[in-house]
Amino acid sequence: MAITFAVNGVARQVDVPDTVSLLEVLRNHLGLMGTRYGCGLEQCGCCMVLVDDQPSYACTREAGTLEGRRITTIEGLSTPAKLHPLQQAFLEEQAGQCGYCLSGILISAKALLDRNPNPTRAEIVAALDKHLCRCGAHQRILRAVERAAGLLRDGRPA
Amino acid sequence: MTAPALPPSLVENPRLDRWIRFQPNRTVRIATGKVEIGQGVVTAIGQIAADELDVPLDRVAVLSGDTTSGPDELYTSSSLSIEVSGSSVRLVCAEVRAKALERAALRLNCSRDDLTVVDGQFLQDGAPTGQDYWTVAAEIDLSQPVTGTAPMKLPTAYKVVGQNVPRRDLPAKVSGAAFVHDVAPHNLLHARTLRQPGRGAVLSTLDEAAIRRAAKGELQIVREANFVAFVSPVESVAHAAAAAAPLHAKWDNVRRIEPEQQEAAWLQGQPSDDRRIGALPSEKPPKRLVQMTISRPYVAHASMAPSCALAEFRDGHLTVHSHGQGMHLLRKNLAAALALPIEAVTAQHLHGAGCYGHNGADDAALDASLIALRLPGHCIRLQWRREEEFGYEPVGPAMLVTLHVDLDDKGRPADWTTEIWSPTHVQRPGSNSGFLLATEAMANPPPEVVPSDPTEARGGGGTRNAVPIYDVPTHRILHHLILRAPVRTSALRGLGVLPNVCAIEALLDELAARAGEDPLAYRLSILSDPRARRVLGGVAERAGWNTRGPAGTGKGLGVACARYKNRSAYAAVVASVTVEEAVRVERVWCLADAGLVINPDGVRNQLEGGIVQAISWTLKEQVRFDEQGIASLDWDSYPILRFSEVPEITADLVSGGGNPALGVGECSVGPTAAAVGNAVAHALGVRICDMPFTRERIMTALLKRA
Repeated sequence: MAITFAVNGVARQVDVPDTVSLLEVLRNHLGLMGTRYGCGLEQCGCCMVLVDDQPSYACTREAGTLEGRRITTIEGLSTPAKLHPLQQAFLEEQAGQCGYCLSGILISAKALLDRNPNPTRAEIVAALDKHLCRCGAHQRILRAVERAAGLLRDGRPA
Repeated sequence: MTAPALPPSLVENPRLDRWIRFQPNRTVRIATGKVEIGQGVVTAIGQIAADELDVPLDRVAVLSGDTTSGPDELYTSSSLSIEVSGSSVRLVCAEVRAKALERAALRLNCSRDDLTVVDGQFLQDGAPTGQDYWTVAAEIDLSQPVTGTAPMKLPTAYKVVGQNVPRRDLPAKVSGAAFVHDVAPHNLLHARTLRQPGRGAVLSTLDEAAIRRAAKGELQIVREANFVAFVSPVESVAHAAAAAAPLHAKWDNVRRIEPEQQEAAWLQGQPSDDRRIGALPSEKPPKRLVQMTISRPYVAHASMAPSCALAEFRDGHLTVHSHGQGMHLLRKNLAAALALPIEAVTAQHLHGAGCYGHNGADDAALDASLIALRLPGHCIRLQWRREEEFGYEPVGPAMLVTLHVDLDDKGRPADWTTEIWSPTHVQRPGSNSGFLLATEAMANPPPEVVPSDPTEARGGGGTRNAVPIYDVPTHRILHHLILRAPVRTSALRGLGVLPNVCAIEALLDELAARAGEDPLAYRLSILSDPRARRVLGGVAERAGWNTRGPAGTGKGLGVACARYKNRSAYAAVVASVTVEEAVRVERVWCLADAGLVINPDGVRNQLEGGIVQAISWTLKEQVRFDEQGIASLDWDSYPILRFSEVPEITADLVSGGGNPALGVGECSVGPTAAAVGNAVAHALGVRICDMPFTRERIMTALLKRA
């Protein structure tokens, strides 16, 4: 079936079976490789994207449910000229090791900061707790989200 | 003048041009055989080269893990990248710098001593000469072998080494473009496998029609003996075929295992290769014998990404992209497995998720290559499924460690025996210790290897860190290398370090308690190594050790210290825990001595990662078996530490004190697990000796105390 939706602000149309996953659509039909397969079971968060501003697991989200929706992926955070404050903060904190989990974590962090510009540490932990990071960069990631909140609020790190 | 001993990488790859090349765009390309696995090595190697050459860091490009032109440095393992590759790059750059200055001096008709290097340009008495590395590069013979005799900079002259240089690979990783998994050339075909359930299993029937029905799309089935792969231009079709395949495959001669084999306790009494290392057996009967047994079960690498590889066979040449830890060895292993001449194989590294040791990366490369040879001209992207990664990667071996320690009349260790039961810690392919997984599925599988462990000269496997760093007059190791493990085991971050350090440090707490002394004071009374004393004392001060309360309150503080491999980086750790129904690690302080530090923030990142991973292993992780094999096949059945469970961490470094650089990737894991174990024992007033510290074990311990 033909599905029309917006990906990172651009109207897209794909013709796929309605049970195909959003992950497959993003990676193999639209060439957006930053959203990644980790488990296919909604257990790790590597595939997290925003669907109408809500964090959603792309690995299990079926294409047939996407008509008219707005999708945001990691590629939609920055422009070629400018990183999103979250990305800038992650680099400033060197928040990551292997980085495989970071696309999904950045997406969940964006959803959090979009609805709560001034989150507490506990609120950041709660927003990211569905994500796994095997390298152990958690504390840096939490600091980076706090720093990004500061950058977004007043252009300065928190 | 006799040349100094060269690092092993330079002995094997002596030609300068294997390591360094001046490029027309006024950059210098440094090549290393070590690969980026999230530990920041590519950045650190660049820093070393920039300083030794006096070239700005942004003019240093680093090529990593490429068999077409980089050096063979075996595997990226054992915290040796900075020690071996880093020191090799430093020697090479010093020598090339000297050669370049010699050529420039000839051109300028001056003495080499009149010249200095600033930003890659050669200055004479401080004034520009128009000469630089790139003007003289064509006249330097880089085909020469390195001699190791060129003068190197003194550490006091370093400008880039020692700085918190941001990781070079991270910008791509926060913007969605980074991994081998994400490469998609126009001729791509997606592939998944049906795994042979185990060595010797024979595929008797495969209902291909049923699999095709389940796949719902264009599908090729590649079958070679007991290896089966599903290939499609549509990834979801290949995935669906593989997901359905086990239901439509019948296997004969499947080995069954017993669920109780998942416990470390099962190892005792199994057939083993036994050896003694160290002192002869004591002839005197012990007077004050104390014993302690610690166990750790099988543990998974549990990489965030299932293993993946790209392979393309074109005009008789196989090109493979892999996230494995050693591209030259992968090339050799693939050539051998596929009966191709070595010249017909190229292996190039692309980033993968963190591996923490030998996981499925190399195996996936052979899977992809087997398919590529059958479907020439296509780029085969082979990716393991999540359950395949958990079920078929080699796992870190279970270990049982028993200490038998006889005390002197002051309550100090006099005669110490460390007895270890463990399957092998290394079955990396191509080292006579293991082979690529799919070779077992071929018509003529390689003979089963007799397990061996890394030698003591390489730091040992099960015996790694079995020798205490404390003053022990007489020490011996009795090592029982288990000959037939129920599952494939191989290198996991630190090898035997975690159970061995846990056992030593647990025993020291017990000995301190017997002597009525504080655990820190007791340790310092038997610790002569000044570097160990410095980190141990320093971390205790940072953690406020002197405010430590009584045992059995539900709150605990534990300390531990080790020197990785007894010759690499030192780390001392204090952990603060709260124990109710579960253990919560509240805070961790770590102080490490890694000698000369290339990138302090990179080192802290590694220390922190090791701390989190060790807590996760200690509190939560166990690979579980059923009769088919590994049964913990997803993140629900194999939980790891989450954001809500990670403690505050303070990881610091002492200054290098003129000591050489030491690798840090693995130094924090042993002391962290041991400090947590000791903190939990302090909180409960009774010790839990078996990892992981599950709710059940906490309850059992509490009942024991009552």
